[in-house]
Amino acid sequence: MTTAVAGELRAKSAELQGFKKVQQLAYECAEAVAARLEPGITEREAARMQREWLRERGVRDWFHLPFAWFGDRTAFVNFRIPLQFFPTNRRLEPGMPFILDMAPVYDGYTADIGYSGSLGINPVQDKLMADLEAHRELILREVRERRPLREIYEDVDRLMVRQGYANRHRAYPFGVIAHKVDRVEQRRWSPHVFGFGTQSLKGLASDALHGHREGWSPLWSPYRFSDHPPQPGLWAVEPHLGFRGTGAKFEEILVVTDSGDPVESAFWLDDDLPHVRRWAEEK
Amino acid sequence: MTVPVTLENARERRVRTGGVELCVAELGEVGQPTVILVHGYPDSKEVWSEVAPRLAERFHVVLYDVRGHGRSTAPKPLRGGFTLEKLTDDFLAVADAVSPDRPVHLVGHDWGSVQSWEFATVRRTEGRIASFTSMSGPSLDHFGHWISNRLKRPTPRRIGQLLGQGVKSWYVYALHTPVLPELAWRGPLGKSWPRILERVEKIPGAGYPTSSLPTDAAHGAWLYRDNVRARLRRPRTDAYAHTPVQLITPLGDAFLSERLYDELELWVPQLTRRTLAAKHWIPRSRPDQLVAWITEFVTSVEGGRPDGVTATGKYADRFGGQLVLVTGAGSGIGRATAYAFAEAGARVVAVDRDAEAASRTAEMSRLIGAPAAWAEPVDVSDEQAMEKLAEKVATEYGVVDVLVNNAGIGLSGSFFDTTPEDWKKVLDVNLWGVIHGCRLFGKQMAERGQGGHIVNTASAAAYQPSKALPAYSTSKAAVLMLSECLRAELAGQGIGVTAICPGFVNTNITSTAHFAGVDAEEEKRRQKKSARLYGLRNYPPEKVADAILRAVVRGEAVVPVTPEARGAYLMSRFTPRALRRIARLEPPL
Ligand SMILES: NC(=O)c1ccc[n+]([C@@H]2O[C@H](COP(=O)([O-])OP(=O)(O)OC[C@H]3O[C@@H](n4cnc5c(N)ncnc54)[C@H](O)[C@@H]3O)[C@@H](O)[C@H]2O)c1
Repeated sequence: MTTAVAGELRAKSAELQGFKKVQQLAYECAEAVAARLEPGITEREAARMQREWLRERGVRDWFHLPFAWFGDRTAFVNFRIPLQFFPTNRRLEPGMPFILDMAPVYDGYTADIGYSGSLGINPVQDKLMADLEAHRELILREVRERRPLREIYEDVDRLMVRQGYANRHRAYPFGVIAHKVDRVEQRRWSPHVFGFGTQSLKGLASDALHGHREGWSPLWSPYRFSDHPPQPGLWAVEPHLGFRGTGAKFEEILVVTDSGDPVESAFWLDDDLPHVRRWAEEK
Repeated sequence: MTVPVTLENARERRVRTGGVELCVAELGEVGQPTVILVHGYPDSKEVWSEVAPRLAERFHVVLYDVRGHGRSTAPKPLRGGFTLEKLTDDFLAVADAVSPDRPVHLVGHDWGSVQSWEFATVRRTEGRIASFTSMSGPSLDHFGHWISNRLKRPTPRRIGQLLGQGVKSWYVYALHTPVLPELAWRGPLGKSWPRILERVEKIPGAGYPTSSLPTDAAHGAWLYRDNVRARLRRPRTDAYAHTPVQLITPLGDAFLSERLYDELELWVPQLTRRTLAAKHWIPRSRPDQLVAWITEFVTSVEGGRPDGVTATGKYADRFGGQLVLVTGAGSGIGRATAYAFAEAGARVVAVDRDAEAASRTAEMSRLIGAPAAWAEPVDVSDEQAMEKLAEKVATEYGVVDVLVNNAGIGLSGSFFDTTPEDWKKVLDVNLWGVIHGCRLFGKQMAERGQGGHIVNTASAAAYQPSKALPAYSTSKAAVLMLSECLRAELAGQGIGVTAICPGFVNTNITSTAHFAGVDAEEEKRRQKKSARLYGLRNYPPEKVADAILRAVVRGEAVVPVTPEARGAYLMSRFTPRALRRIARLEPPL
């Protein structure tokens, strides 16, 4: 092995460590905040709790500010305009499902995670979460097969229909099931517009420009511009299921490389995440 | 051989209280929770003869003849002998005799319910009543407040409600006239009453009413005279229920308006509402439903709720605990309908030829509120399989309360492209499937004689001709007419029939439809194209499901769903020629 390649590999793995760390931090935040949710708390308060928790631990910039959705807002019922994603004064009640979604930047590394839970037991959401496992497997398998992203999207859709669920990631801007994430330059001042960090948006925009010339897109959507094989890089993948007023999702980073070996060509950045642990425990 | 439990072989005892002797009957095991049934006017405890034995399988059931009725003795003098205070004494005496240590579950019908409201709201019975199920008999105190609220702030709507109930209460005024009611009951009215009941209320005779009717009715007039005027004029202001109450309201009650109960939550902190499509004498006409609801309510109060899922749906009052069978429940409209019934607390049988899809529907139904749900993989066009299914459902799950014949397939293509096989296939599923469903499950409903409802999914294509859908439209037109004919036939038996006629609904039907006269590749293309068009139209099957539940509640006959279906329905009646022109259009495929 030449030193150049070894050096590159080391750099790569150091970089992945950076992403892993911030993703772990974000999930820790989700679990900590989820444990503190109680009846009467509003979405805004839950969003603020996430923000403060992460700020106290050194997060200064965001890909996007934390979201919190309660009750039927977890399934984006009657969402028409993007502004409806922002936290409201909806209060949490016993048995209600909730989703926390946050994308902190730490040390220049970005995470984007989604955490689903409920206050007390909610059998429907439990079922949705359990059924998400098949989606995580399907996505990885088909990315390794280098299937066009648009086709994988359709296969996820078909699986959802078979399971009897509605595709709720379609409600996201451009209906994306995933988007690229990248390193972000650390600035002293990191403003955000509409909850999105300008640094990260800049990165996404430059990717989009790049990709446009080369025939790929940093947004993984049901549209023609996703009709290309998986592009190497880090993808925050977020399948989101909905069933009659209850929604559930996970979101985590999928690493795609240009390796010829299928196993090396794509893998989940980290398997030690709450939803994955939960599936393992249920077996 | 075990002797069947009936009122005739009940254990009997006499309870002495306040100068009268009450005839008390007991069924079932004494260790079980005690349920006391109180009859109304003009009745005796035999009004419960269908309900009591069924309840006795689970509970210690107690019935008594109210003073002056049946085989209980009458107070002397009659006047002043029937006040609510005295009736409360009687109840407490019976409760102490049959269940001295445990509070009892109270069930009252008509005047039995009126007096039970008194029991459930006065202080001296606190701790003696565990729950109260009320049917067709309001609290006189609540009624008094209801009237005076409407008199104090008379909006046109409230006056309408007052007049509505006023008309229904004609018999109350009649009973206040002295002597005449007694003469009528002991004379012609008493003789013709059983026939009147059978004709107007549609309840089978079978040993009811009993021969004591003329005396029951004559004595019972004093229930009204001793209480109604006094209480309505000066209703108690502290008539709050100290037990959970289940209110069962028959929507076809000739004597009581459902509006009476609008403000009941103010008086009852723990209220469960139930409604059913029936007339006044539900202990006679709907015993199975009453037994199911009483059992569920008593069990839940006793703390034995099987699981945490509760029905939250809009029509939970109507469908809670009912048995609903949906065909084609594995996808689209059928699946959404199964879920809507599940959310209303119904037990669901999901029938589909796709076994996996059916079990998925059943599984999710249980999660969202169905106390039980089963998947039955059956092809509705298979006569023998359907017969087997009907047998299985009847023996294992019970008689279906609501049947939704929904399974159907799409077929498009010109008449001359449609082969005899194509015709056979579409008619087998779309028409014969419905015929089998109605024949088998409708028959069970009719034989049970306790009402029910059948919904058939037709289509706007049933009245909107189209050169692109000759076979499909023919099958749906047949379903529509079958529904109308069956509705006429079953009208006398309390069984409603509805034809649902949706327009374009975003389901899987486009992707599975057969396009006659084109090769496989072109068929795929058309399926995709039509799926896209239906997707753009994007009318969700959940809205059709809502329309189905509403139609059952209202007993509607033909229900077009979606604006285009309603538009075409109007055109078919008023501008059929325009509709015929539309029929000639080439579909945009
Ligand atoms: N979707 C529409 O636009 C529309 C409009 C008007 C009427 N309809 C009618 O609504 C009903 C439901 O259709 P949908 O749109 O939900 O379609 P769908 O294809 O989504 O669902 C139909 C279900 O019925 C099942 N099925 C088909 N044939 C069967 C058989 N022989 N035995 C048992 N199950 C069978 C299928 O497996 C499927 O699960 C049909 O009768 C259809 O004709 C649909």
